[in-house]
Amino acid sequence: MNIKENIKTLVIEKPLKLDCGKTINNFPLAYETYGSLNKNKDNAILVFHALTGDQFVTGINPVTKKDGWWSYAVGPNKSIDTNKYFVICANVIGGCMGSFGPSHKNPDTNKIYGTDFPVITINDMVNAQVNLLDHFEIKKLFSVVGGSMGGMQVLQFISNYPDKASTVVPIACTSSHSAQNIAFNELGRQAIASDHNWSDGKYLSNNTLPDKGLSVARMAAHITYLSKKGLQEKFGRKLQERDALKFGFDADFQIESYLRYQGSVFVDRFDANSYLYITRAMDYFDLVKQFDGNLSNAFKKTKAKFFVISFTSDWLYPTQENKDIVIALNAIGADVGFVEIKSDKGHDSFLLDVPDFLKTLKNFLDKSYLER
Amino acid sequence: MKTEYKIIVDLIEEKTRVLDVGCDDGALMESLKKNKNVDVRGIEISKDKVQTCVSKGLTVIEGNAELDLKQFPNDSFDYVVLGQTLQAFVNPEIVIKELLRVGKKAIITIPNFGHWKVRLNLLIKGTMPITESLPNDWYNTPNIHMCTIKDFVKFSKITNFKIFKSLALTNKNISNINNSNLFYKNLFAELGIFLIEK
Repeated sequence: MNIKENIKTLVIEKPLKLDCGKTINNFPLAYETYGSLNKNKDNAILVFHALTGDQFVTGINPVTKKDGWWSYAVGPNKSIDTNKYFVICANVIGGCMGSFGPSHKNPDTNKIYGTDFPVITINDMVNAQVNLLDHFEIKKLFSVVGGSMGGMQVLQFISNYPDKASTVVPIACTSSHSAQNIAFNELGRQAIASDHNWSDGKYLSNNTLPDKGLSVARMAAHITYLSKKGLQEKFGRKLQERDALKFGFDADFQIESYLRYQGSVFVDRFDANSYLYITRAMDYFDLVKQFDGNLSNAFKKTKAKFFVISFTSDWLYPTQENKDIVIALNAIGADVGFVEIKSDKGHDSFLLDVPDFLKTLKNFLDKSYLER
Repeated sequence: MKTEYKIIVDLIEEKTRVLDVGCDDGALMESLKKNKNVDVRGIEISKDKVQTCVSKGLTVIEGNAELDLKQFPNDSFDYVVLGQTLQAFVNPEIVIKELLRVGKKAIITIPNFGHWKVRLNLLIKGTMPITESLPNDWYNTPNIHMCTIKDFVKFSKITNFKIFKSLALTNKNISNINNSNLFYKNLFAELGIFLIEK
């Protein structure tokens, strides 16, 4: 089956000036929708995906044939109830699920961009996606929701378009990417670049794939998404299909086998150059700096209702970084709620079956929708 | 509705901005929203209770008053309410200062340790008093700075805040506290309710 048949694409004709200085136009933005837009067009929720997500939020992803990345939270009667809301999600630019990205051909040279693709930012991603509102003739979204890098897009969106959403839900994110997070991203990028097959990003033209490097990048990143306690409880020192240590470097331990598996399935669905571009965008994200050191100014123009959610065991985007957003909002008297959800599942908690989280998200959205 | 909440709702003017510190399950916030059309926010330390508040559509942040009042600018609320928790803080003096910095006015309610049952309890039994409103043992009580109505009045003079209105709750009856009846109110009231200003 042709993958492209399953991908809805909007061609953005309007020129978009990127933060790097370059301007792009006539570029594709791949998206998916769930539920239906009501007559007043006031039930739309724009969901932003995280680093390795895509537009296929829920149901079966037609490309990977696996459950959508946020199937626990989005669907009929779920937290983001598609019986009630019209959910839109776009693949970020720089991505690899149909939106304009480094695996596309440069029309000027007729060669695949690779690392000639312009460096993009969270701001660029959001400015590309706002075109979806015009496409659907939506004046104001009911909500913008996202976790991790999706949360960063949420913050950037409401800062750029203060009147375009009534409620704002940043989850497990930050207003300014930390040194630790930049360090982890750099580790991933270097793993990819060290793979001989990467060939300075020209692997697609060479018909090779830096799958070893990308897989190691994924393995390292995957550890940061979990918690020590979660890993210990799930794997401990359990051995993989063997009764004793083999005194070699095969995957003796279940955790090794698990990580190798995570790495190997990732390379089937993700483009190595996209991984470089998107992690770069996260590293460049600093909303505090964009507003000259005062985060409150990012939100001064909006009347939206905010709800910030963090998780106890998330050490990648810890509660304090989420709370900094709350503090900035309270400093200007904005309408902001905040809860830290108890979970041992680390940063990944927002993607998993964490009932307290799912219930709280649902309650916030449904109550706010009634009172809108 | 709890009589205590009814008194607080009556003290608050319509269409004002209110912060409920230690908002519990949001019962007071709901009633303020409904009866006084106020813009009300809450701070609550318990995750479960924050989630309950969210399910009621209330704007609440999970936090600790001693650490989290700092983030609010001066005079950002018309009223800050602190219901029966002053005694649980490490430093009540700093908390009151913070309440009056963040709010133009503050409403503080205190369980009265001067109530005759409490006094009798200690006098007869010789052990730390356990009553309906103070159900914990000395070693597991969150209430580390208990005071009486009289203590609170005295405290206002020492730390320089004005008590604008003081009410006593005795067997669900509400009455004013003044200099001449302070001795009796301190003996019979279960709860003192104070509207204070800088």
